[in-house]
Amino acid sequence: MSDLKIKVRGLKKAFGPKQVLNGVDLDVPRGQSLVVIGGSGSGKSVLIKCILGLVEPDAGSIEIDGEETVGIPAAKREEIMRKFGMLFQGAALFDSLPVWENVGFGLIAGRGMNRKAAKEVALRKLAAVGLGPEVGELVPSELSGGMQKRVALARAIAAEPEIIFFDEPTTGLDPIMAQVINELIVKCVKSLGATALSITHDMHSLRAIADRAAMIYEGRIIWSGDAREIDRCGNDFVDQFVQGRAEGPIRMPVRPL
Amino acid sequence: MSVPVLQPIGRTFLSSLEAIGRLALFTLRAVLHCVTPPFYPRLIFKQMIEIGYYSLPVIGMTAIFTGMVLVLQTYVAVSRLNAESTIPYVVVISLTRELGPVLAGLMLAGRVGAAMAAEIGTMRVTEQIDALRTLSTNPFKYLIAPRLIAAVLMLPVLVGIADIIGVFGGYLVSVFKLDFSPSIYLKNTVDFVETIDIVSGLVKAAAFGFIVALMGTYNGFESRGGAQGVGKATTDAVVGASILILAANFIITGIFFSR
Repeated sequence: MSDLKIKVRGLKKAFGPKQVLNGVDLDVPRGQSLVVIGGSGSGKSVLIKCILGLVEPDAGSIEIDGEETVGIPAAKREEIMRKFGMLFQGAALFDSLPVWENVGFGLIAGRGMNRKAAKEVALRKLAAVGLGPEVGELVPSELSGGMQKRVALARAIAAEPEIIFFDEPTTGLDPIMAQVINELIVKCVKSLGATALSITHDMHSLRAIADRAAMIYEGRIIWSGDAREIDRCGNDFVDQFVQGRAEGPIRMPVRPL
Repeated sequence: MSVPVLQPIGRTFLSSLEAIGRLALFTLRAVLHCVTPPFYPRLIFKQMIEIGYYSLPVIGMTAIFTGMVLVLQTYVAVSRLNAESTIPYVVVISLTRELGPVLAGLMLAGRVGAAMAAEIGTMRVTEQIDALRTLSTNPFKYLIAPRLIAAVLMLPVLVGIADIIGVFGGYLVSVFKLDFSPSIYLKNTVDFVETIDIVSGLVKAAAFGFIVALMGTYNGFESRGGAQGVGKATTDAVVGASILILAANFIITGIFFSR
């Protein structure tokens, strides 16, 4: 079996005249946590949605466990989806369902588990992210942003997926809660032995959760390597992003007032 | 010179065709998912309560006032011809064939179709529909099919109830305001109404239920762009369903009653 859990080659996606992904090549090794960084509008979210099968790419190849997933039939796609867990940027909790049912949703609706057993699993997963059983009976609108993210993390890991995707996991959280989420991500990914692919522009998050890192710019991966090497990678684009400088090769299209 | 004039016409025509094609494909997928397992009986039941039970007050109020007004207006017309005894017949035929299903359909488009578009549209823009797919759940099976099935089943029930309430409204005005004999009014109602009057109304109701749920779910599912997109989806769902109900009413009436 290949050492690559996810292999992306020549991935392209345009929305109207805007070419968002312009030939992305990306490898995610089995059991490792890869974090893709990049500015707003650089194509991070589209990349992760293409890999998840939520957006159909225009060209290119996406292999999961060596199996091509672009253009596969719907039934096969649902089978592949069972390998995935996803934490959405805005949590994307179902606001009509109580918290425990959100966490156990994939088990009940997707895998046919009975509600009692699914509730037991959901409460265990909630405990794993530091939430008590009383939270399980609340609805998502009664939770703070940090709690919603933790519930979303519990939902992402409930079915013990092989690959977990994290879309901006710490966006909108205070620094302490962001660090709590980062530590939970590391704990959950390691305990499951899962492969993780995250996208973020939060460098603290990258340093906390990444084994490997890559940077996307103008729809291409312009650097990838060991996450510990990111501060001395020698790539001007990465250096500017990591140091958060306005001056550098990455130019923001702003006009004078 | 003709090009600048023709271009927008052509663009509008092509985008209309595209919209019709998208709706047709959505309808086909939705119907296929309604008839193939897995089914979600719990969700279907929940939608039946939402669509049927919670719509009873608005459908009942609409029906009773329609029946009452119908008697008053018909009385003005038929009294000039000394044909007051035809009032029960006019009321029951109008309600069962036309007003019951059409008014119930339009009220449901406003109450249920708009709610479906808003709920599913919000789920779309907050990535809840994407979340469903990542949890190995087909959104068509989970969101669309239960609403379609429930609407097709419940609108005939609502129309049946609306017919009874409407006739009762006509009875109240006829007996207590126009001094009709209660027993003769009821006898004329029962004697004149035919099976086809009721069946055609219930068939229309099922078709209108399908239209309301289809337009609500389609516009919600296809909504884009945040709060503004959800607002537009809601408006489009109500307007689209209302127009389609009136068009479908003409077609079904033609099928049942054209000679």
